[in-house]
Amino acid sequence: MDPLIEFFRKLSRLLRRERFHSELEEEMAFHRERLEQQMRDDGVEDEEAGYAARRRFGNELQLREQSQDVLSFRFEPLLQDLRYALRQLGKNFWFSATAVAILALGIGATTAIFSVVNPILFQPLPYSHPERMAMIWEARNDGSPLEVSFGSFYGLRQRSRSFAAIAVERAWQPTRSSTAEPERFDGQRVTPGYFRALGVLPALGRDFEDADDRFQGPNVTILSDGLWRRRFGGDAAIIGHDITLDGNLYTVIGVMPRGFENVLSPSAQLWAPLQYNPSLPPDGREWGHHLRMIARLQPGVSRAQARSELDAILPAWAQAHAPGYTSSGGPPTGFLVDSVQADMTRDVRPALLAILGAVAVVLLIACVNVTNLLLARAAQRRGEFAMRAALGASRARLAGQLITEGLLLAFIGGLFAVAVAELGLRGLLALSPPELPRLAAVRLNGSVFAFATAITTLVGIAFGLFPALHISRRELQSGIRQSSDRTVSGHQTTRRTLVMVEVALALVLLVSAGLLLRSVQRIFAIPPGFDPSHMITMQVQEAGRRYQSDADRDRYFTRTADAVRRIPGVVSAAFTSQLPLSGDFATYGVQFEAYPNQSFAPAFRYAIDPDYFATMRIPLLRGRLLDEHDRPPAPVAVVISESLARHNFADRDPIGQRIRIGPDIGHADRPWAVIVGVVGDVKQASLSGGEPDAVYATRSQWSWVDNAQSLVVRTRGDAAAMAPAVRAAIWSVDKDQPVERVATMDAIVAASESQRHFALVLFEGFALIALLLAATGIYGTLAGSVTERTREIGVRSALGASRGSILGLIFRQGMGLAMMGVAIGFVGAIAASRALITLLFGISPLDPVTYMGVIALLLGVSALACLVPARRAAGIDPAITLRAE
Amino acid sequence: MAGKPELMPGTLDLLILKTLTRAPQHGYGIALAIKRLSDDVLTVEEGSLYPALQRLLLRGLVKAEWKMSETNRRARFYTLTAAGRKRLGIEMSEFERMVAAIGRVLQNA
Repeated sequence: MDPLIEFFRKLSRLLRRERFHSELEEEMAFHRERLEQQMRDDGVEDEEAGYAARRRFGNELQLREQSQDVLSFRFEPLLQDLRYALRQLGKNFWFSATAVAILALGIGATTAIFSVVNPILFQPLPYSHPERMAMIWEARNDGSPLEVSFGSFYGLRQRSRSFAAIAVERAWQPTRSSTAEPERFDGQRVTPGYFRALGVLPALGRDFEDADDRFQGPNVTILSDGLWRRRFGGDAAIIGHDITLDGNLYTVIGVMPRGFENVLSPSAQLWAPLQYNPSLPPDGREWGHHLRMIARLQPGVSRAQARSELDAILPAWAQAHAPGYTSSGGPPTGFLVDSVQADMTRDVRPALLAILGAVAVVLLIACVNVTNLLLARAAQRRGEFAMRAALGASRARLAGQLITEGLLLAFIGGLFAVAVAELGLRGLLALSPPELPRLAAVRLNGSVFAFATAITTLVGIAFGLFPALHISRRELQSGIRQSSDRTVSGHQTTRRTLVMVEVALALVLLVSAGLLLRSVQRIFAIPPGFDPSHMITMQVQEAGRRYQSDADRDRYFTRTADAVRRIPGVVSAAFTSQLPLSGDFATYGVQFEAYPNQSFAPAFRYAIDPDYFATMRIPLLRGRLLDEHDRPPAPVAVVISESLARHNFADRDPIGQRIRIGPDIGHADRPWAVIVGVVGDVKQASLSGGEPDAVYATRSQWSWVDNAQSLVVRTRGDAAAMAPAVRAAIWSVDKDQPVERVATMDAIVAASESQRHFALVLFEGFALIALLLAATGIYGTLAGSVTERTREIGVRSALGASRGSILGLIFRQGMGLAMMGVAIGFVGAIAASRALITLLFGISPLDPVTYMGVIALLLGVSALACLVPARRAAGIDPAITLRAE
Repeated sequence: MAGKPELMPGTLDLLILKTLTRAPQHGYGIALAIKRLSDDVLTVEEGSLYPALQRLLLRGLVKAEWKMSETNRRARFYTLTAAGRKRLGIEMSEFERMVAAIGRVLQNA
């Protein structure tokens, strides 16, 4: 038969269902009357016949339900269930509110975390064929990745056939000073294949071409859509016009499309060609390891194939350019070809996965908690269900009812969860470590809502299913007799198990949070090698055409530092080419006169004002510090760090030894630098990092004067309050120089561990929620159990049990649950701490102090949660309960 | 109710349709007819009769109209439709095939 016709029949009947019901009733009434009539004819008594007919006819309600089932759409009983469920939830407002709040918290937190983790770890990058994109690194001896040099890139681009596009990029921060306040932009210097490697072309104008990337070639630039709209009014006529950057005219040749996501440098607003020297001078920046290489593979070429091609190209190329490679620490052992996404997320992946795991545990605890509440309610509602069953509701129908109620609860929770997620997401973004990639893509979008809906549905069905499975036929029959004692046990066992699970999960989170807390404490206990208190720092970017020569630029920085020193409240001030723990990372190879055959281990290089050591309070260990006499034409004097001295001069006095650094390496015509002193180690990359080898030289004696210098200022009072005065002093020397990255040294030190800090804050939050939920779980279960055992407790005390012994009985019952939970959770925590291992520092994942402290905390809170119901039990008056019996 | 054979599954629709070939009939009449024609062996449980009737209505095999019954009361009378007649033919031949097959097994096994 035609299903369409059947559908319309159903539909018409649904629309006229009042009439349908009354007709069915009338029909059945007719049937019953005839049956009665017939029985009376057969000689059955009047009254008896009525009963018999009704008996014969069966359960009328059930019959009607079945007849309707044939006819009705599935959603009709659903609507009834829904109405009923709403009434039920409304009737128990506080129960519903508690459950909804717990769910909103659990689902909301999970959704917020998912919305952060999803675009970073799971979603493919927003480019066409992202699987064909690759990051390429030079491989160090130990296989770790090293940024590529232009020399390597140049050789690979010429000789490889694996790539549809290949490019290198570096950061570029031009200043536009023609406006009232100098504005510094984030940008990139790129080779022409860059946008083709990403697979995104300018929306206006043209892409970079090879002709743009000539050495000392034309100044051309491509703007981001945002910059174009913000600064140039979104006028298409900008193409072909000049803008002034760093005092030079740049011709705008293109504008990138709106929504272009630049994962390698999300804040970049404009781009210019790299324009390195293709003759690859061995002592030039062309051999510095400071470029990131990105490529788009030819279709059908795998990353492994590309890698073996690159490795095959390397030996001959390295041989042909031996001097260049030597100046930068020797040729790489090979190349690494990574997926862009894996590469971007390598550092944050462990933390993000750990956080995702933690929030999943929170959600699980929230669900267990609400399930427990629902089971308690189901126990109270046994009478109601038994009644409905007796009136003919099928078991499936009752289960449907419970699932509807569970889903309704979950979806109300889910609705509030959206608000929780929105708030949580804002908090997360404010807290997030700067190294998190793709933050621009983090928001509550369709896939996040789909995820939230999916977990809400799952959770809702689980909520209904759990109590539904508990409605056994036997129970439905016994329930109506209101005999509670025998059937209670089933519910109680499940509820106790759930509480144990809750305690166990809470322990897992608490241990994780404890381990992270101890790690972070250990890290911040590490001396950074300088005194960060009362220090304000900022970066000055000298980037205009004003200071053409290194000598001019050096004079500018010296005068600026002098101006800052004259501010009342400033103790001392100095410029440095790189600031510890700020993310600056400039290392150069060091060649030792004493060890001619040694490879040139990299060391951090600081070009500084002599006052730097005093300002930072870096202690002198041997020899002397640098002073104002260390300037040309005096012989170059350097100070080295203690670890460099220990690693390289274990058996001799480093003072008076001679070294060459970076570009001077291997140049016999360049003078040696003399080591005049040894200072204490300073943590540069991170507090938790290894021993930092470092070389310090005065700015004027270093081979060049860096454009960007960080000013460090020691103040007498509150450092942060001095920032405006310091900035004014800088601008009093030259008002066109932008001042960036203003921060107290304390803040920089704190921010240097932002990833661990981020993980720690979240774990602490999650662990606290878990602890509260576990405690309420224990409390709820125990309180329910006391209510159900009122009679038993009454009998016990009537038979002479003391208040103390009853208190002990209940208390022991609760603590037994807690201890079992702790025992299970202990095993889980050991497993979980393994997953955390990359985030831990200085402690074992089995750190006994953490475990014992956390277990004590959990048991203490559990004891509090047990005490309240136990005291209530002890207060039960036997006379009242026995009379009730 | 020991001794009373249960209806074989699926046969109720067949019996209802067959009963209606003689004349339009109401629910009670259908039940009565089945009972009488089977010499009291088959009793249609009313609990399954009405859902079955609704099913048949929905599939367009019978149609229903309100008429006066023999006792002068309003009752819903069911009539076989053309589709129902066709369906009955198919189901009867299938049923006979089945009975014959069962019979063969019972005799020969």
